[in-house]
Amino acid sequence: MIRIENLSKRFKKLQALDDINALFSTGQVVSLIGPNGSGKTTLIKSILGMVKADSGTIYVNGKKINGDPSYRGQIGYMPQIGRYPDNMKVGQLFRMLKNIRKMTDAELDTDLLVKFNLASIFDKPMRTLSGGTRQKVSAALAFYFNPDILILDEPTAGLDPLSSEILKEKIMQEKRKDKLILITSHILSDLDELTTHVMYLQEGKMIFLKDIETLRHETGQEKLGKAIAYVMKGGKKEALWIDEVLAVKTTGQPD
Amino acid sequence: MLKLSRYVLYDILRSKVIIAYTLFLFIVSLSLFQLEENDSKAILSLLNIVLIVVPLIGMIFTTIHYYNSYEFIELMLSQPLSRTRILLSEYGGVALSLLSAFFIGVGIPVLVFAFDETGLALLFTGAALTLVFTSIAFLASVKARDKARGIGAALLLWFYFALIFDGLLLLILFAFSDYPMEKLTLVLSALNPIDLGRIFIMLKMDISALMGYTGALYKDFFGSATGILYTGGIMLLWIILPLWRALKIFQRKDL
Amino acid sequence: MRHILTILTILAFLNCYSRTIIAGTGQDIASLKKAVSLAKDGDTIRLKSGVYKEGNILVTKSITIIGENNVILDGENKHESLTISGRNITIRNIRFVNAGYSALNDFAAIKIIDASNVILEHNTVINAYFAIHVSNTTWCTIRNNTISGNPKTEQLTGNGIHLWKSGHALIEGNHIQGHRDGIYFEFVTESVIQKNLSEKNIRYGLHFMFSHNDHYIGNTFKNNGAGVAVMYSKKVKMELNRFEENWGPSAYGILLKEITDSYISNNTFLKNTVGIYMEGSSRTEVLKNSFRNNGWAMKVQASCDDNNFYNNNFHGNSFDVATNGTMVLNKFFHNYWDKYEGYDINKDGIGDIPYHPVSMYAMIVEQNPNTLILMRSFMVSLLDKAEKAIPSLTPENLVDDKPFMKPNKL
Repeated sequence: MIRIENLSKRFKKLQALDDINALFSTGQVVSLIGPNGSGKTTLIKSILGMVKADSGTIYVNGKKINGDPSYRGQIGYMPQIGRYPDNMKVGQLFRMLKNIRKMTDAELDTDLLVKFNLASIFDKPMRTLSGGTRQKVSAALAFYFNPDILILDEPTAGLDPLSSEILKEKIMQEKRKDKLILITSHILSDLDELTTHVMYLQEGKMIFLKDIETLRHETGQEKLGKAIAYVMKGGKKEALWIDEVLAVKTTGQPD
Repeated sequence: MLKLSRYVLYDILRSKVIIAYTLFLFIVSLSLFQLEENDSKAILSLLNIVLIVVPLIGMIFTTIHYYNSYEFIELMLSQPLSRTRILLSEYGGVALSLLSAFFIGVGIPVLVFAFDETGLALLFTGAALTLVFTSIAFLASVKARDKARGIGAALLLWFYFALIFDGLLLLILFAFSDYPMEKLTLVLSALNPIDLGRIFIMLKMDISALMGYTGALYKDFFGSATGILYTGGIMLLWIILPLWRALKIFQRKDL
Repeated sequence: MRHILTILTILAFLNCYSRTIIAGTGQDIASLKKAVSLAKDGDTIRLKSGVYKEGNILVTKSITIIGENNVILDGENKHESLTISGRNITIRNIRFVNAGYSALNDFAAIKIIDASNVILEHNTVINAYFAIHVSNTTWCTIRNNTISGNPKTEQLTGNGIHLWKSGHALIEGNHIQGHRDGIYFEFVTESVIQKNLSEKNIRYGLHFMFSHNDHYIGNTFKNNGAGVAVMYSKKVKMELNRFEENWGPSAYGILLKEITDSYISNNTFLKNTVGIYMEGSSRTEVLKNSFRNNGWAMKVQASCDDNNFYNNNFHGNSFDVATNGTMVLNKFFHNYWDKYEGYDINKDGIGDIPYHPVSMYAMIVEQNPNTLILMRSFMVSLLDKAEKAIPSLTPENLVDDKPFMKPNKL
């Protein structure tokens, strides 16, 4: 579904992404994990075309992304910090995006909109919203157009536990619909129940990408956080993921 | 494109700065026409507004707007929209709102009190300069890394076009006063849209003086059909080139 | 006095022994030439409508020739149509076309030479070299004629109304266009020129030299190649004239050169490259004139002295006054300058701070005409403001100490 080949990006002195290769397929919930400044957001933004990579290519649904923005129609994106035009009202925001994506009401996924009860604040300008409410808006927007790919940057940060649960529930639901879901987070425990794959980034390098069962098996840790901590400490970097990626590359297997 | 511009326009209207600008222009123009004994003196003061204030406000407003709508631009970028379309929509929205402000604030008083060739030339120049400096400001904003630098660059550019350029021109004219400078002066004047606009108005306002000396040459040139095409063409270039450059940079820019 | 004399003379002739000869197409006397030869002093010839191609007609007797509707004298591009040399001659309502051109003689449609008391009225002159050429003549009246040339180059076109060495002339209500100079005076004294319209002439609308004690009143000089030039004359009065749209590198509303003891008042200068250009002139009063939308309202060269400029109104001129030196021996007072930015605390209508009509930029342009391209720029206005604060280049004593706050009522 998404294939990344030899992706590199440098911001002045900082090597944000260093030769990243990865493959994400449908039905996966991939956790992008890494310390702050490890390149998670840069990777996500590269996929969204907001950051232009120095080298390497990204394929979404088998199509290389360059220029044609239409592939973003299949992506729902929830940014880390949802920033919206100050003067725009919540209702307007939804209407505007609906307008841009040209979707009929029947195709829309208003699940989160209802559960977060956002309709009640449709009249409020974005600037009056609290951080948490903004996150709810961001989340509802990401799922609104029923996309095949969901990219969620720190989705539960700033959400109250109840909303957080609603969101997780929603992610589970979408996962069952065989969608690809990319989540970045550094609050590891949050992701345990959702994740099928883990991608670990450090200083722009991908340390590993593997499915959670393998990870648990290899490390012998049940908890995701502990498993990762184990990997980090043990420095068992020569993990299976390299073979996995190479296999994909050589066979040219479709996403 | 227009759809997006509509939202940009809406956002600008809500911020009230543009309303204040419109009112400012309107009150100044109206009081000039009311206070001055003759309309030609009012037109003269308006000329300074058109040549100095319009470019200045245009640049500052555009730069601040650009940085303020960073969120909007980000949001749009995660949608299936091309960068060209997003930036052009922004340009369209800003240019349209500044143009409306100018036409309401200066246009209506001029049409009521001084509807003649000079008045129309003034309106044409004001409109052209609005578009030119919006375009230049977009280039400055897209190029600069942060808001402070962007506004700084805009101010410097304004200062250059409004004052420094003419100072340099005066120096050149005196340094080479022994040589025939008429043709060169024509070429040099094209390098500054404010000068070009000023000469265009001068042809209507100070035709009598321009007929003296080498002025006749300027009159013959700028007053002829070729000259008007030349002025219009160069103005158009001043609108298109910076915007085109801004688009190129924006397309490669990481957000 | 002169009018009464003229009328008396005419009356005398009419009453005593005047005859009326009807001549022209379809009449016994078919040609004008024959009619003139038959006429005696005091007779009137009434010319029937038609086209007359009779070469040159010489009139020396005291007669009146009146054309009926549509009488055309055609010079066939080779003859001088009418030559007048005598006393008490009147020519009325005749259309002169295609008078000849000669490089040697100043051919004219109507030539008046060594004559007196000649009246030319309601005639039309089209396409002539000189239209009306008057020399060595006194008491001649040229009234309500329409003169229209076909302008070529300065050399190939003569003047509309040309007077040389004459006196007591009255030039009134004529419309002259398309000649070299509209009205030309040389050595003409004690004459009045009024209510004429002189326009689109390729050189000057009015041009006079060595013509003293003349009075110009209520004329309009518009869109002439170089405006109006008056030179080497004394005691000239110019009142209520309009000088409009005289455009060009050397075009002036009026060019005053060596004019002394003259009086210029209540004139309007509109949209001229230079309203008044003055050099070598003295003791001239310039008052109650209105200068509007000129490039330069006035250029007063340093060679002028003892002139007074007062109660004039200056509106919308690109430059009010320019000069070529720092010597100023002229007085400016009680003018209204629209660029004046002073105040009037005691409310006496006179500004409390003096006005310097010569701007810094006017001096710069005088030195380097190319800088005209910078007119109205922000930088130029800054320069002017700086110069006002610390004067250095502009002549310090070219100043209106008592500028009016409101325009003078003219």
